[in-house]
Amino acid sequence: MTAAISVSGLVKTFGPTRALDGLDLTVREGEVHGFLGPNGSGKSTTIRVLLGLLRADAGSASLLGGDPWRDTAELHRRLAYVPGDVSLWPNLTGGEVIDLLGRLRGGLNEKRRAELLERFELDPRKKGRTYSKGNRQKVALVAALASDVELLILDEPTSGLDPLMEAVFQDAVNELRGQRTVLLSSHILAEVEALCDRVSIIRNGRAVETGTLADLRHLTRTSVSAELVGAPDGLAGLPGVHDLLVEGKRVRFEVDTDHLDAALRALVGSGVRTLTSQPPTLEELFLRHYEDELPTARAKGAMSS
Amino acid sequence: MTGLGALVRLALRRDRLLLAAWVIGMVGITVSTASTVGELYGTVESRQQLGATAGGNPAFLAMLGPLYDPSTTGGVLAWRWGVFGALLVGLMAMFLVTRHTRAEEESGRLELIGSAVVARHAPLAAAVVVALLASTVIGLLVALGLTGLGESASGSFALGLAFASVGWVFTGVGAVSAQVSESARAANSISGAVLGAAYLLRAVGDAAGDEGPTWLTWLSPLGWLERTRAFAGDRYWVLLLPVALFAVLLAAASVLVTKRDLGGGLVPTRLGPARAPRSLGSAFGLAWRLQRGTLIGWTLSLFVLGAVYGAVARGVEQMLEANPALEKIISQMGGAGAIVDVYLASILGIIALFSAIYVVQSTLRLRAEETESRAEPVLATPVSRFAWVGSHVLFATVGTAVVLAAAGLGAGLVHGARVGDVGGQVVRLVGASVAHVPAVWVVAGLALALFALVPKLSSASWAVIVVFLVLGQLGPLLQLDQWAMDLSPFTHIPKVPGAEVTAGPLLWLTLVAAALVAVGFAGFRRRDVG
Repeated sequence: MTAAISVSGLVKTFGPTRALDGLDLTVREGEVHGFLGPNGSGKSTTIRVLLGLLRADAGSASLLGGDPWRDTAELHRRLAYVPGDVSLWPNLTGGEVIDLLGRLRGGLNEKRRAELLERFELDPRKKGRTYSKGNRQKVALVAALASDVELLILDEPTSGLDPLMEAVFQDAVNELRGQRTVLLSSHILAEVEALCDRVSIIRNGRAVETGTLADLRHLTRTSVSAELVGAPDGLAGLPGVHDLLVEGKRVRFEVDTDHLDAALRALVGSGVRTLTSQPPTLEELFLRHYEDELPTARAKGAMSS
Repeated sequence: MTGLGALVRLALRRDRLLLAAWVIGMVGITVSTASTVGELYGTVESRQQLGATAGGNPAFLAMLGPLYDPSTTGGVLAWRWGVFGALLVGLMAMFLVTRHTRAEEESGRLELIGSAVVARHAPLAAAVVVALLASTVIGLLVALGLTGLGESASGSFALGLAFASVGWVFTGVGAVSAQVSESARAANSISGAVLGAAYLLRAVGDAAGDEGPTWLTWLSPLGWLERTRAFAGDRYWVLLLPVALFAVLLAAASVLVTKRDLGGGLVPTRLGPARAPRSLGSAFGLAWRLQRGTLIGWTLSLFVLGAVYGAVARGVEQMLEANPALEKIISQMGGAGAIVDVYLASILGIIALFSAIYVVQSTLRLRAEETESRAEPVLATPVSRFAWVGSHVLFATVGTAVVLAAAGLGAGLVHGARVGDVGGQVVRLVGASVAHVPAVWVVAGLALALFALVPKLSSASWAVIVVFLVLGQLGPLLQLDQWAMDLSPFTHIPKVPGAEVTAGPLLWLTLVAAALVAVGFAGFRRRDVG
């Protein structure tokens, strides 16, 4: 499969701040790719580099087979972009902005335009200055989703939408699955979990994890709790088992996903009455990559006090 | 009023450099002009002579107002710099008020403040306090500086307070227009139009001659400054007029602020079209949509300005007939026809300077689009950076020619009708007015180059206009070195109509402008956006 976006070793500094610090990112053609990270981790900067708005200091980036900085206009014919903070022209109506952006990209799918307006419950006759944040986002979303392009670049597109509209957005993206490549930057984990084929987690300007959700889960722990017939035996010595808690015949523990099999065998050896096991949520995955920031912050506090 | 103190401190903190620049600039220019006038025209006789030649020149009457008493340095200063200095103080005050009211509201920052413990009127009051403070400090420092130079204290304070009073009035104007309009741009346009009208009313009143409508001057805050007669009677009571007007405007603004929602204007926004017109489908179409209001407004304003000045031109001749002594001097300079041309040339020079405001406004639209994150979605479409910048630059450059042609047309039509030669005067004055286009293009080029190379300093383009204005207005009086005067592109434009037109300066000014524009395009292609 070819890559729609391929970025390696991307570096971008703003004065003393290193916004991107050797970022790698690959988005395959036709997939919905989640681009996950907290505020300030470099998601928008990466997107701006991909759009040719910023020039990278080092590293390479290729977009739809072209150079985002050099082949800007041709590449932009094939993509649509929704910025994280949509601001509209105060005197233009939402409908005018949708048409303008569509025409600049080379035309809109009229049927989809009408349909999306209805589904997002957006009044296109209002002036830009009178829309709320969520409605401004809808304007940009309708313009992007109604464009016949290969690639959608969406930068936190739902941060202002209510849960109902969030569902409309997810439906719309799902309908386009396979027909478009989507790069979806977000810090809303449920949205990424619901929509994305693959995920890249970015931290301090670096990708720390990439893969399908299944891949990523494989790297993490499953939590297991069980009620046994006899006393648990041999669990404590097993590799990959953590936070073991035994209360008589009840056990709770976490186990690295690649050691799950051995742990379950040990349980079965003691006879299993009930068993619940929970795969890690994306949230846990995410926190695992950021949890060390918490102790660091605390340690700093302790030192200064 | 809860929160007022905190908001004033916030505004002073945000604007500390801007305010310092205004105060130091205004006081510095005024005091150093006075000191140089004192050196160059040290004797009463030399000042009387200056008064007889320059002060009686009708062109100067329309531009600067009457010279009441040339016997003191202060009297010469009040005449030569009074109206223009006050114009700048008025601009400062209205910009400050908009900046801290409507602009804040538009950006949404005021909402953040409004949700904190702040009285409803506090943000407006804070803006008014800051603008009043700045105007008054300028006035007082001017007064102290002039007194320090040995001018009469009474005259110094009359002039200083008259400067401040224009600031007060335009603080009030700014406060009202911030309520009426829905955007900072519109608020500044309304206040700017009021300032322009104030200048125009007194111009017509001053140049009207004894039988004309001299009372028009009394309708203008800038006219009140003249009629305060600093260093020529010091009529302090005239300053009660601006104080009263300020009070009325402030009362109106504080009523209006309670009558509308945050973010809204007085006039509720109506629904617009659901579909874009055919014209709105390209970078050029978008630029036209964004720029047309400014362009049409300027075209109409400068047409009216040209027409009004054109109407006065005939009066210039009549004033000469009534003053044989002056006529003698004038005939030595080339006769009455020549003095009308001198008059027309000077007013076209002023109009060209005004059109520089248009060109900076329309060029810096690029910067506004960028900082308000509206450039990004457009540049993420197939629109190239060249096309995006080019579409706005096209309006700035072609628009300059349009607004200047309109001014020439207005002057030509009216003056032509009065002297019975419409066709001839229209051609002559449109040509003379458009001759200034290359100088204005240089300003456009500077603004574009700043935008492309040091975007954060884009607004320094406004300072460039102020520098050119000061060089043009005060340069000859202060007998500045030619190289300093030559820094302003407007110095190089032939004084048309009247002077011989040589293509040379127009050509190389155009080349300089083109080079600056090219630097702008190239620089913007290379830099980060956003």
